[in-house]
Amino acid sequence: MEGNLNLTLKIWRQKNAQTAGKFETYQVSGISEDMSFLEMIDVLNNRLIEEGDDPVAFDHDCREGICGMCSMYINGRPHGPNKGVTTCQLHMRSFQDGQTITIEPWRAEAFPVIKDLVVNRSAFDRIIAAGGFISVNTGNAQDANSLPIPKDHADDAFAAAACIGCGACVAACKNASAMLFTSAKISQLALLPQGQAERAKRAEAMVAQMDEEGFGACSNTGACEAECPKGISLENIARMNREYFSAVFTSK
Amino acid sequence: MTKLDAKIPEGSLAEKWTKYRSSVSLVNPANKRNLEVVIVGSGLAGASAAASLAELGYKVKVFCFQDSPRRAHSIAAQGGINAAKNYQNDGDSIFRLFYDTIKGGDYRAREANVHRLAEVSGNIIDQCVAQGVPFAREYGGLLSNRSFGGTQVQRTFYAAGQTGQQLLLGAYSALQRQVGMGNVQLYARHEMLDVVVVDGKARGIIARNLVSGELERHFGHAVLLCTGGYGNVFYLSTNAMGSNVTAAWKAHKKGAFFANPCYTQIHPTCIPVSGDHQSKLTLMSESLRNDGRIWVPKKKDDPRKANEIPEDERDYYLERRYPAFGNLVPRDIASRAAKERCDAGYGVGASKMAVYLDFAAAIIRYGKAEANKRNLHQVSDEEIQALGKEVVKEKYGNLFDMYKQITGEDPYEQPMRIYPAVHYTMGGLWVDYNLMTTVPGLYALGEANFSDHGANRLGASALMQGLADGYFVIPYTIGAYLASEIRTPALSTDSEAFVNAEKAVQEQIDKLMSIKGTKSVDYFHKKLGLIMWNKCGMARNEEGLKMAIAEIQELRKEFWSDVRIPGEANNLNPELEKAGRVADFLELGELMCKDALERNESCGGHFREEYQTEDGEALRDDENFAYVAAWEYLSESKFELHKEELKFENIKIAQRSYK
Repeated sequence: MEGNLNLTLKIWRQKNAQTAGKFETYQVSGISEDMSFLEMIDVLNNRLIEEGDDPVAFDHDCREGICGMCSMYINGRPHGPNKGVTTCQLHMRSFQDGQTITIEPWRAEAFPVIKDLVVNRSAFDRIIAAGGFISVNTGNAQDANSLPIPKDHADDAFAAAACIGCGACVAACKNASAMLFTSAKISQLALLPQGQAERAKRAEAMVAQMDEEGFGACSNTGACEAECPKGISLENIARMNREYFSAVFTSK
Repeated sequence: MTKLDAKIPEGSLAEKWTKYRSSVSLVNPANKRNLEVVIVGSGLAGASAAASLAELGYKVKVFCFQDSPRRAHSIAAQGGINAAKNYQNDGDSIFRLFYDTIKGGDYRAREANVHRLAEVSGNIIDQCVAQGVPFAREYGGLLSNRSFGGTQVQRTFYAAGQTGQQLLLGAYSALQRQVGMGNVQLYARHEMLDVVVVDGKARGIIARNLVSGELERHFGHAVLLCTGGYGNVFYLSTNAMGSNVTAAWKAHKKGAFFANPCYTQIHPTCIPVSGDHQSKLTLMSESLRNDGRIWVPKKKDDPRKANEIPEDERDYYLERRYPAFGNLVPRDIASRAAKERCDAGYGVGASKMAVYLDFAAAIIRYGKAEANKRNLHQVSDEEIQALGKEVVKEKYGNLFDMYKQITGEDPYEQPMRIYPAVHYTMGGLWVDYNLMTTVPGLYALGEANFSDHGANRLGASALMQGLADGYFVIPYTIGAYLASEIRTPALSTDSEAFVNAEKAVQEQIDKLMSIKGTKSVDYFHKKLGLIMWNKCGMARNEEGLKMAIAEIQELRKEFWSDVRIPGEANNLNPELEKAGRVADFLELGELMCKDALERNESCGGHFREEYQTEDGEALRDDENFAYVAAWEYLSESKFELHKEELKFENIKIAQRSYK
């Protein structure tokens, strides 16, 4: 017993992609408010192992908010109640004694459940493989300072590049759209002089892949921006739309 | 005496790499298409190597245990990447970066490798900028630099406190481009569980599909391990939860020597442990020491809050002990100094195992500068504070947010509490100049090898080394081996070696699943971590190390008779994954202690209490220990030591001083 929070957890349990899932209810007690949300799940899992049950499977790795692996849908919100925070950086001081917490995986057709709270997000990798790069083989580069880039452009590109690819935007969207994710990469590269050569081709290819993966359309509700743990702006979607339409109109 | 041949090219230090590059064997493009390379790990070293080799035309397979290559723990590197560009006109040069790295490593690294690293450092920055990595820039549009520990120049390039993320996403993009083109096959959620050796050469791997639990055999003419470090042997570290030694350890048991396992880096500025529930530790970037001042109260057990302690009752102990480098001394020195103060009873916070990292002075300094820039006169103290906080936020905003999120305290208003934590491992698989291990065809890149950082790595050099190895070293050096492999056809994975290797892996899994004991994997991992931290951590001594070896052997026995792994092996089973990794840590830990015991000197991150100067600094013994300790695996608990003598022909070896 490290603390004094007693909580009821309703957690989605699903054996694998082929089996139907359902909610199971668990009680945890003695939770410290200094624990991270994932450490609270660790406590539950250790108990389940001791009792001979199957622990809850969930994705996590760096536990410092940057790898983008953790992906829990907590009380109806991706990454839980706090703004700008991933699940691994969410701490139990954000919850109250006696609270019931509902925990689900990301829900999206393009992110099928693998087990419990673990989903398959490889669609994101394929969107990047379609065009989220600058085609420059190793060794082709000129001196880094031969290409001055205005600070505000570099800063804007950095802000877009801060995306961690967690998929919260998709989970938050009622259409399960991947526009915020895709637009962040398109924006980053469109804002930089290095990205100009492939600008049109990139927008077309990445949008086509996004559609092929089964992500929904954007209806501008802004839920993605509100729930993004890294504050990726909706402006990126507007920029992507401009990039995409100008590419389509000018393509041969 | 030794089987080790580092294959360092002839010639003067500054010419070795250039000459070697121009004379190393080449593989013609048609042959490259028939040569397959297996790459394990997708961090900076793995992703950059995979992209570069695929661009050259090799057939590449990439494996990572995470759900995407972009998750590799390089992503979490914060502060920056070094390069000898001398953009700041402050006296930097390739030789100076080389010198700082050798000295920072306490004269325990190989000169030729380190010089090559310094030579290609500039190319890395060029390549990353070309890929669209958004480094920090000045108003004139040129790249910005800052300082890191152990240097007196500004050579660190950065992207806020997320440099590793931006560099990895650059390498990941290059990798995904090759995946899209069909030149790289990607195997995410796959874990390598053994190297397949045929006629003495590495010819592939056995990997477990973590979703289905199936074992797979994969052939490669060469195998590259880019699997990072083994800091998680301590349980608590700044590494990701999944970071592990398994790939390197399996390779070690198949004949690859493990070098300098006892060289571990304890990073001075991490968020202190808050309780038994702690699952990992979080780093606060070294870049913070550019502006943060480290101090403790001058009075023992001072009960006052930081802001209530007046200036003259504070002990800025790094500035006091090391005036030349101040708060920017290398990590090993800063960590030991923090431990010394806390052990002496001057620690702060509830646990008294922390020191302050204070930004108050920097906020005022930046505030005044900003007021001048904006032509503001007669500015109030509050306005100066507000302006200063804005500047600090731009530089370190994400780190301050992370600190607040974890501790519930606001570092803009009160100093951070920090304490050292395990962060990086300088030791790793022994490699020659070509980055090849003692198993022909098996390479180790990045943190997984031992070669460049000696006994202590300087800040912002891990990113440099990972990318140097992947972008600019292996594409050349792998030719030396593969040029002679063009007549080797792809081996059938039904051959005996593959079948037997898979069988052995299956047997270990079956054995783990069949124990059905009473204790979780974490129970054993935490116990191992405590043994390592207490007896093979920031300070070591003979008695403690001997005890640790016995305790680890005992714990290993208990693990193999009492661990409980729930679930099944033919399904996603994180407990089974962890069990395999902890089983390997339980063997590695013993070797680390043996290495630490054998090295009767103090150097860098290896501090033996018996060997220190009068004022508590590390005391090297160059006469007897100027060598790389490369361990050969014989059987359980039995290792044979091989020595690679280190020759310093271009640097005068000296007592390291930062005073």
